[in-house]
Amino acid sequence: MMKSAQKTKILLAIGAPVLALVAAFLITSLVLILAGDDVGGVWGQILSLPSDRGYVNIINSATVYYLSAVAVAIGFRMNLFNIGVDGQYRVAAFAAAVVAGEGWLPGYFNTALAMLAAVLVGAAWAGIAGLLRVTRGVSEVISTIMLNAIATALVAYLLRKAAVKDTGSNITATKEVPEGSRVGGFKLFDSVPATVYGLVFLAVAVGFTYWFVINKTTFGFDLRATGSSETAAVASGINVKKMVVISMLLSGGAAGLVGMPLLFGNDYAYGSTFQSGLGFAGIAIALLGRNHPVGIALGALLFAFLDEQSNPLQILLDVSPDIVKITQGTIVLTVVIAYEVVRRYGLRLEQHRVASALGDETTLKGAKA
Amino acid sequence: MSVVTDAVAAVPAAAKKLSYGWIMIWLAVGLVLFSALRIVTGADDLDSSGTLRATLVAAIPIGLAGLGGLWAERAGIVNIGLEGMMILGTFGAGFFGYFVDPWVGVLGAIALGAIGGLIHAVATVTFGVDHIVSGVAINIISLGAVQYLAALAFTGEPGGGQTQSPTIKSLPSFTLGFLSDPLSDLEQKHWFVVSDLAAIARALVTNLSVLTILCLLLFVLTWWSLWRTSFGLRLRSCGESPAAAESLGVNVIRYKFTAVVISGGFAGLAGGFLALVASSTFRDGQTGGRGYIGLAAMIFGNWRPGGLLAGAGLFGYTDTLRLRGGGETIHGLLLLVAVGLILMAIWQLRKGRRVAGPVTGAIGVVIGLWYFFSDSIPEDLTGMTPYVTTLLVLALASQRLRMPAADGKPYRKGSAG
Repeated sequence: MMKSAQKTKILLAIGAPVLALVAAFLITSLVLILAGDDVGGVWGQILSLPSDRGYVNIINSATVYYLSAVAVAIGFRMNLFNIGVDGQYRVAAFAAAVVAGEGWLPGYFNTALAMLAAVLVGAAWAGIAGLLRVTRGVSEVISTIMLNAIATALVAYLLRKAAVKDTGSNITATKEVPEGSRVGGFKLFDSVPATVYGLVFLAVAVGFTYWFVINKTTFGFDLRATGSSETAAVASGINVKKMVVISMLLSGGAAGLVGMPLLFGNDYAYGSTFQSGLGFAGIAIALLGRNHPVGIALGALLFAFLDEQSNPLQILLDVSPDIVKITQGTIVLTVVIAYEVVRRYGLRLEQHRVASALGDETTLKGAKA
Repeated sequence: MSVVTDAVAAVPAAAKKLSYGWIMIWLAVGLVLFSALRIVTGADDLDSSGTLRATLVAAIPIGLAGLGGLWAERAGIVNIGLEGMMILGTFGAGFFGYFVDPWVGVLGAIALGAIGGLIHAVATVTFGVDHIVSGVAINIISLGAVQYLAALAFTGEPGGGQTQSPTIKSLPSFTLGFLSDPLSDLEQKHWFVVSDLAAIARALVTNLSVLTILCLLLFVLTWWSLWRTSFGLRLRSCGESPAAAESLGVNVIRYKFTAVVISGGFAGLAGGFLALVASSTFRDGQTGGRGYIGLAAMIFGNWRPGGLLAGAGLFGYTDTLRLRGGGETIHGLLLLVAVGLILMAIWQLRKGRRVAGPVTGAIGVVIGLWYFFSDSIPEDLTGMTPYVTTLLVLALASQRLRMPAADGKPYRKGSAG
């Protein structure tokens, strides 16, 4: 009896994401059919095996997505919705680029200093929202959205001040990071020159720290407790206001690291072409991964895979690659719906099992209703 | 006599109601202050009829998005997908407005927004998914869908492209010439208070789109149907206490569903207004976060249509100043903010708030000093005006607000027990 119950539990846990992926696949196909695009061709390209270069690109963009999603997940664990990761990582990456570009310290000390600056600036930017929430009762959802827009304007302004004047080029960017402070990548395949970001290990470390702090420390317990039930947390002596500010600072600090692989492994400067919108992808991926460090990694890889595989669609089939955004958004929605459906179904199974074990007619009736 | 009366007002936490008389007095005080500010700073564009007309056009999409939020949240569903539904609306207006007729464009905007609302309703009401999660997903899906569909629909059309539609024929608008011209003369005199009044009157009779008037009527209609009909009372009861509502025979699920679909329709119309009246083309990224600002305006307005309209006006106004006057006009506004904050600090100190008072006062003094030691605000920074205003206003006003009691909580049929 126990064994079969456990088996259904595992089946249900696997069932939800599979159900979600199938639903997202069907909905995207429906859109393609309605629009009159080549459905078979699109899926043929997206679901084909990536090229060697493609694998490298997928790992690289998944690295950045992962950091962003962990930053969002820290907030989620505490029932805080940090939509502001997008602004936090841009302000932080800009600050880090300025610090790294100045090169006050030699070699990797400079890198470390710049990353510290990124963490602090990201945390401070998120901290504004945390403070507004605990002192003035402003919902962090609204304040972080506003702070995103303010970050855009502020970075544009500061970038103009800090930019190196490069005649003959339209690109405004900060001073380049000195050679010695860059973090080199490593080759995955000998056939292609593309390398995987060295800072992929930073993402792994952040993921592990996140898992450890949340699951293995008193602080993590307090955080989860507050997230699950604020009243219970207050009753057990947790200072909720303090927890809100701290988790906002942690989330912002993690957000500060999002731009680091790009800065030290690819761009070497912060400019107007620096990748944007990573924070929003992070929200979707955190939801997809159910805030679990491994789940988030899978989600990040899935998103990066869809991005990479959809790139050639325009050239090959004259289909806009934006179609995968529909897929990505639908996955987020169907995943949560699928989990809810599966949870309700599991609950009903459980009730049936208990009822039949007890041989109780009334419980059986209750379970059916 | 109070402006509106309802059961909610009885809750002590709700802000004290202003009477008609007091509202008029405050409006008059505001007008005199503004007039004085205009003369002191010399920034005539602060309340010219052009600025005010542009404010109206900027405020309506934000206000409509806010109304969308109001309908949903009054029924207990948080709708952060407003932005996505607005995006759907801009495309609906662009597609049907260009290929069929601008009026059909209005309907198309509403319909596409309502489809977004329908998805949100299915996810949150039927499946009980977390409201914010569903909203975020809708924002992602809508953005992708519209970019994909726009490339499909407008590529190759004359004047259109992957990211924008060709010019859409404009909706009818009218000018009352016999009033507009003399008012214009009066406004040009730049007299204290008189010219300001003329500017306000002129903005309301010059080049006004029919859709603008219809949208303004929707505010009244929303207020009437939510606070003056039994349908509205039931709908709001679903947002306050769904279990109690169900025990009295209200079909909670159906009311929530209806409210969220209507909410999507409003957000779609907000997007349609942007494409049809504010700019006469559909462009990718046209909404620019106005759905979120609309949500903030609704919170600022304490989940009521009147306050929401005031909030939308405030954001529309600051956005207009930024676009029209740029750095110098916004610079003039700094003085107003400084004076306002210092007055507020004095009020807080009299109330015995020994921390909040000095902090507010210090911020006011810093902004005042900024005004006196600079001539203009850098162009890049003026972009943040509407957002800083939102934050500032929420930070100052949040404690007096009261949202529907069961807002954002999932509800399943039969929870009444």
